[in-house]
Amino acid sequence: MKTLGLKPLMGWLGAAALALALNAGTALADPTKVGFVYVGPIGDHGWTYRHDIGRKAIEKAFGAKVKTTFVESVKEGADAERVIRKLASTGHKLIFTTSFGYMNPTVKVAKSFPDVRFEHATGYKQAGNVSTYMARFYEGRHIAGLIAGKMTKSNVIGYIGSFPIPEVVRGINAFTLALRQVNPKATVKVVWVNTWYDPGKEGAAAKALIDQGADVILQHTDSPAPVQAAQERGVWAVGQASDMTHFGPKSHLTAIVDVWDGYYVDRTRAVMDGNWKSGDTWGGLKDGMLAMAPYNPALPADVLAMAKQAEADIMSGKVHPFQGPIRDQAGKEKVPAGKSLDDGALLSMNWYVEGVQGKLPK
Amino acid sequence: METLAAVLVTVIGAATPLLFAALGELVSEKSGVLNLGVEGMMLVGAVCAFAAALTTGSPAAGILAGAAAGMLTALLFGVLTLSLLANQVASGLALTIFGVGISALIGRDFVGTPLPRLPLLEIPGLSDLPVVGRLLFGHDVLVYLSIAAVPAVIWLLDRSRTGLILRAVGENHEAAHALGHSVIVVRYLAVMFGGAMAGLGGAYLSLAHTPMWAENMTAGRGWIALALVVFATWRPGRVLLGAYLFGGVTVAQLHVQGFGVDIPSQILSMLPYLATIAVLVAISADSVRVRLNAPASLGRIFHPDS
Amino acid sequence: MRFRLEARERPSRSLVYGTPVLAVALTMACGSVLFAALGHNPLAVLHAFFIQPIDSLYGLAELTVKATPLVLCAVGLALGFRANIWNIGAEGQLTLGAIAGGGLALWAGDDAGPWLLWAMMAAGLLGGGLWAAIPAYLKTRFNANEILTSLMLTYVAILLLSYLVHGPWKDPDGYSFPQTRMFADGGMLPVLLSGTRLHLGAPIALLAALAGWFVMSRMFIGFQIKVVGLTPAAAGFAGFSVRRLTWITLLAGGAMAGLAGLFEVAGPIGQLLPSISPGYGFTAIIVAFLGRLHPLGILIAGLFIALSYLGGETVQITLGLPLAVSGVFQGMLLFFLLAADVLVRYRPRWTTTTTAGAAVAGEAD
Repeated sequence: MKTLGLKPLMGWLGAAALALALNAGTALADPTKVGFVYVGPIGDHGWTYRHDIGRKAIEKAFGAKVKTTFVESVKEGADAERVIRKLASTGHKLIFTTSFGYMNPTVKVAKSFPDVRFEHATGYKQAGNVSTYMARFYEGRHIAGLIAGKMTKSNVIGYIGSFPIPEVVRGINAFTLALRQVNPKATVKVVWVNTWYDPGKEGAAAKALIDQGADVILQHTDSPAPVQAAQERGVWAVGQASDMTHFGPKSHLTAIVDVWDGYYVDRTRAVMDGNWKSGDTWGGLKDGMLAMAPYNPALPADVLAMAKQAEADIMSGKVHPFQGPIRDQAGKEKVPAGKSLDDGALLSMNWYVEGVQGKLPK
Repeated sequence: METLAAVLVTVIGAATPLLFAALGELVSEKSGVLNLGVEGMMLVGAVCAFAAALTTGSPAAGILAGAAAGMLTALLFGVLTLSLLANQVASGLALTIFGVGISALIGRDFVGTPLPRLPLLEIPGLSDLPVVGRLLFGHDVLVYLSIAAVPAVIWLLDRSRTGLILRAVGENHEAAHALGHSVIVVRYLAVMFGGAMAGLGGAYLSLAHTPMWAENMTAGRGWIALALVVFATWRPGRVLLGAYLFGGVTVAQLHVQGFGVDIPSQILSMLPYLATIAVLVAISADSVRVRLNAPASLGRIFHPDS
Repeated sequence: MRFRLEARERPSRSLVYGTPVLAVALTMACGSVLFAALGHNPLAVLHAFFIQPIDSLYGLAELTVKATPLVLCAVGLALGFRANIWNIGAEGQLTLGAIAGGGLALWAGDDAGPWLLWAMMAAGLLGGGLWAAIPAYLKTRFNANEILTSLMLTYVAILLLSYLVHGPWKDPDGYSFPQTRMFADGGMLPVLLSGTRLHLGAPIALLAALAGWFVMSRMFIGFQIKVVGLTPAAAGFAGFSVRRLTWITLLAGGAMAGLAGLFEVAGPIGQLLPSISPGYGFTAIIVAFLGRLHPLGILIAGLFIALSYLGGETVQITLGLPLAVSGVFQGMLLFFLLAADVLVRYRPRWTTTTTAGAAVAGEAD
């Protein structure tokens, strides 16, 4: 065995694989190749799982005309650039990079591949061939806030945060504003778990909040553990990313569901039709980039009606979740009545509104 | 008081998987085998327990499958390190890489599927008592099993003949071999016990603590379990202490945050790790006793000719 | 008839090089079965796994980018492992090196002189070394086991980095996202080959491996480390200070891991992020042992493990094989590599009678 050099073997393997690839290539007229870079495993049942459902929607919509590829659990850091470049150099015409930390590598690789289109989720750097996209999840948080304000009896809401980034802070604020709009006495307790995904820790955080009197649990983390914990302790919860009803039929008020399907299909079609343009998409309920999971049948009719009305009002533009007057924790007016916060202020939000307990880690 | 009881119940949930895995690893290490693959074995245990409980509808089948799967994974490690004399540290890490992959592969179709929680063994009357009712009589079978495993392991190691041989093998395998004990067989059994316990720790996560399957759901608990064995200076009673200390501080820091203390959450999240170091430092001062407990042959390869 | 392993009088020289080839061949055979069972063409998978990642200059450069932190960490760890010092917290020391060196780059700003990069490297070494000094101090002063302290400090280090990039060090123009400013050009490692990411860290890692070899085989301290590792009692007689060796090996291992962390942030990343390493510090432990704790073996093992990671990415991209499958394959590969090593020191034999288990005193007694 040891006298057999590896070189001839490898050469032979290479030739065999090449022959295979050539055979496979002639079978189909070049499908459009679309690549995805995921930060977690597709089996995380959260952020990455939802993006992968979006990828499957592309396959469903275009069948043999597209070929999708994904690379999962690509850590933010040195690996990202290599993976993105590899996708770009293997014929992928459209590449979705689905985590904030991929921003600089995406922009960098895009410079060397002017013919490839890049779509970076949650970031803020665009280029001629780099678009950014994100969903206005805070619109869902607004609706959750209205419901929670009506359903809470203890007037204490528990909120499980992942990391203190603007996206999460924005969600907390949108939720709190709506909560206190219907129930001025309610307050929000925030616990940061410093992870996007650790079912055990998320569950423990939910229980800790419940033990401190919370009777509605919000989460900005990925696993259904908080919904399960709420069910076990007989309180309410609002799920995240996916419809989590089946993990807690009695506790699950609703969930703010990530829906990338439509956007992914549209952008793929644009590349296929040759009319893809760079831009910044921050889609909301009306664009279908997020959706409210079915409301719990136990909701009183008036609460249900209010939630549905809020959905309609946000879609029509009648209601903006960050409508003034908005005061910060110190009681200082940040937004006067009649005005609402613009997207720039929302994008970089790093302060709490009145009604959130504790200080925002800076 | 009710609240305190509820908090303690949460601590028990956080501590139980650690207790299982660390007790198993302790027995393995006492026989002289250092298996760093706990995380991998826990994951395989978790996914197999979930799959079995879901498909058969029987929680008992789930628990057994978790233990069996952990044991099988450990057996693989045993073949490598005990029969083929491969390095234990590296093989354990490789086992974790393998376990992460194979559990994801097995679990592909189970992501997003709910499972009823492992039933709580409530005793009518007793479980309804204020405070102590929930604390003492409202848990599932795995929690009681994990607690019962502590005296059982103490008895096994300190009082039984098997334990005497196991410790002899871990202390000085050449001498144990010379006395006619089969070093390899004893170590296989200890490693498999470690695997079964890690599997049960995983099963507790996927059947009871957060009844679901998701990739990497152990989130590093296998590593903490490993550290707890060292923390315990190889004494089962201290494993219990360590698991509850770690679980307790984890839950406590979440509570502190809930009270709105103005300390960055990252700093608070460091507390369980720092507390473990601090307590280890405090109890390690007596170097002679620590050395007495530490199995002298830990991590060393045994071959009768060498 | 029974199968047994018989100790060789001396390790087989030829098998030192032969067993890895055998292990790779066995992995390919078993992997083929796995891939075929999952409905993939085994040859195509193996080609994508082992050849495609390095079939271009860019690919080869990426191999070094991936191998550099692994080799640096592993060479440092091996010093300790030889002396039975179980530092498994290289990941934390790597993180601290990145924090120290990266922090310096942020502090220095845009118009620092050419000293900056060298100062950052020194800071990286220092940061990693100081983080490893904690287990060294706790071990030598309080007898606290370094397995626990170094592992726990890894979590603390990662949380510290998280705190810094989410808080005081976050980019003021970065819309409050968790990242620092990009380092100025003066704080970036020069790229050695344009069009690739081959950076100065790679040759330094090579030098580190050579230096490690020199220390272990030519210097008295290397001899002391080996003696302490093999026969602690003899070391005591010879008057070697275990305490001193504990300090030296932990500091050296920590410093090299810290340098690896600095190279990651000053090389391919260019800023501090919450996640700067996909677990190099842990993988390096495998690399150290696959390289048989020999610095030059570590060099080869580091490149090979790096290839296995690149291969895992490539099979996902070109063949759509999920990461779980490459994880299983990688695990198999490691199992075979570790198990095949037995042949270097032992000879498989079929015997008709069992030899009496006469105990021969082992080397460690």
